[in-house]
Amino acid sequence: MRPFFAMIKRSHFKSRSLPYLLILPQAVVTLTFFYWPAIQGMIQSFLLSDPFGRKSRFVWFYNYIELFSDPLYLKSILITFVFSLATAAVSISLGLFIAAMANRALRATALVRTMLIWPYAVAPAISGIMWLFLLHPSYGIVAIGVKNWLGVDWNPVLYGSDAMVMIVMASAWKEVSYNFVFFMAGMQAIPKSLIEAAAIDGAGPFRRFWTITVPLLSPTFFFLMVMNIIYAFFETFGIIHTVTQGGPGGSTNTLVYKVYQDGFVGLNLGSSSAQSVVLMLLIILITFLQFRFVEKKVQYSG
Amino acid sequence: MVEKTPILDFLTYAFLMLGILIVGFPIIYSLIAATLPLDEVSRVPMPLIPGDQFMVNIKEAWSRGDLGTQITNSIIMASGITLGKITVSMIGAFSIVYFDYKFRKIAFASVFCTLMLPVEVRILPTYEMAANVLSPLQVVWEFLRLDGIVSWFTQNDFSLTLNWSLLDSYTGLILPLVASATCTFLFRQFFLTVPEELCEAAKIDGASPMTFFRKILFPLSKTNIAALVVIEFVYGYNQYLWPLLVTTNPKMTTAVIGLQNLIPQADDLPEWNIALGAALLVMLPPVLVVLFMQRWFVKGLIEKEK
Repeated sequence: MRPFFAMIKRSHFKSRSLPYLLILPQAVVTLTFFYWPAIQGMIQSFLLSDPFGRKSRFVWFYNYIELFSDPLYLKSILITFVFSLATAAVSISLGLFIAAMANRALRATALVRTMLIWPYAVAPAISGIMWLFLLHPSYGIVAIGVKNWLGVDWNPVLYGSDAMVMIVMASAWKEVSYNFVFFMAGMQAIPKSLIEAAAIDGAGPFRRFWTITVPLLSPTFFFLMVMNIIYAFFETFGIIHTVTQGGPGGSTNTLVYKVYQDGFVGLNLGSSSAQSVVLMLLIILITFLQFRFVEKKVQYSG
Repeated sequence: MVEKTPILDFLTYAFLMLGILIVGFPIIYSLIAATLPLDEVSRVPMPLIPGDQFMVNIKEAWSRGDLGTQITNSIIMASGITLGKITVSMIGAFSIVYFDYKFRKIAFASVFCTLMLPVEVRILPTYEMAANVLSPLQVVWEFLRLDGIVSWFTQNDFSLTLNWSLLDSYTGLILPLVASATCTFLFRQFFLTVPEELCEAAKIDGASPMTFFRKILFPLSKTNIAALVVIEFVYGYNQYLWPLLVTTNPKMTTAVIGLQNLIPQADDLPEWNIALGAALLVMLPPVLVVLFMQRWFVKGLIEKEK
């Protein structure tokens, strides 16, 4: 097989200028809005500037050293990991559960799918608004239920852990349908003969689920883990901005939200750029892990 | 399924209903809240029987939030991103897969690397870029000391300032989000599976590359395009961070961001009926797109991530 980047059709065209013309729009947009800003960001992260960006001084790794000795940043790293793991755990387990039920209820698959798929189209910020109301300390019905039945002194405006639960709920709810679609597709790709053979050997529905379905779904599971964590890292900005704005007391200030806060609200350009570079390295690492460990295993039958 | 398990089947359907109810609950609850007058929506607990104030609340939300303008902006932005992404990446992939030229590998590799850079990780520099798209040219100009050269030639003091801001414009909302490694990658993967014979036959018949693209490749890609239309429309419509940065003029804001102003704060009247009515209206366009194009969407979503 030819190397990944070199693949081409055996039968192709020869033209001097046309291919350049065709790739030009992509090249221009990529250079202007990806590579140039990325390089600018890297340079900026080695500079110390005044808030208006007029004067700047080269300071080597000062911004990075400051960043990693800042307890608020370390706290933000911890918050981000707790938040994304919790979001992934809630939405993946709920997605798997519903998909397992839907896969058994063969009669109404299409209808069930329609009823479950649309939260995918709801903007994170709107999911945030709805959960803000459901968990509102004085009006929210879920909040009232929690207070009366569980006796919890629920108040996300005051308590950091409550605010965290709120953004996890708003983020996970939206992602359930995505996970459901993939688990459903994964389950339908499992050969029926395998299930039937196990049934003939006397394995009941639960045993079949845990010993056949779940192991065969493990590639889907890993893939969704990665996608959900990426989602929680980068796409939940709208939820945090509408629901908690990083508060109370920085308890929901995730890494991406902090870049925005420090760069656009606090005007600390050097630190914000250094944070962007750290995020870039992080996402490169995640993408690498995904290609290295997940992509290889995506096989259902064999 | 394989054996008869009436009790388990019953439980399956019961849990399935429960699951659907949990997923649907935030919407149902918001929908009920949007039909109630203010004094009922702020009663504790809120009644679960729909009221008759739906149209009143929606009208109030529509005018207070300027939703007409903002939803239009959102739809323009989403359509622009969808159309731009698909066009740019389709012809790009065509170039990479169907032509042999010197920089082909570099072009693909450099596009592929941007897979890892969502707008969220390069917020500040991309914003600076949008504030003046010509800044790279300015840097090059200054680096080459062209001011001095021009001054020397013309015997006058000369200085060039290049400035083209994309802030508060549709171009600024759309263009930076148009480059997409995922779409290019998807089209590349698809083009590689198109039978070689089609291109050979087209060449024997004397078709030009663009004729082949228009008459053969484009019709073959229709399913892929339909799926991407859904995915990218939803992506574009629901963007948050980028429109928040690029627009300051309320007439240019998108609907998802505008909603923020309708959320009752601690000292306001608790007009959740209006806020939630507006939220339901704003979420409608992408939800309808997903529901109507569900078949292509599900197929595309799974293909895209392969």
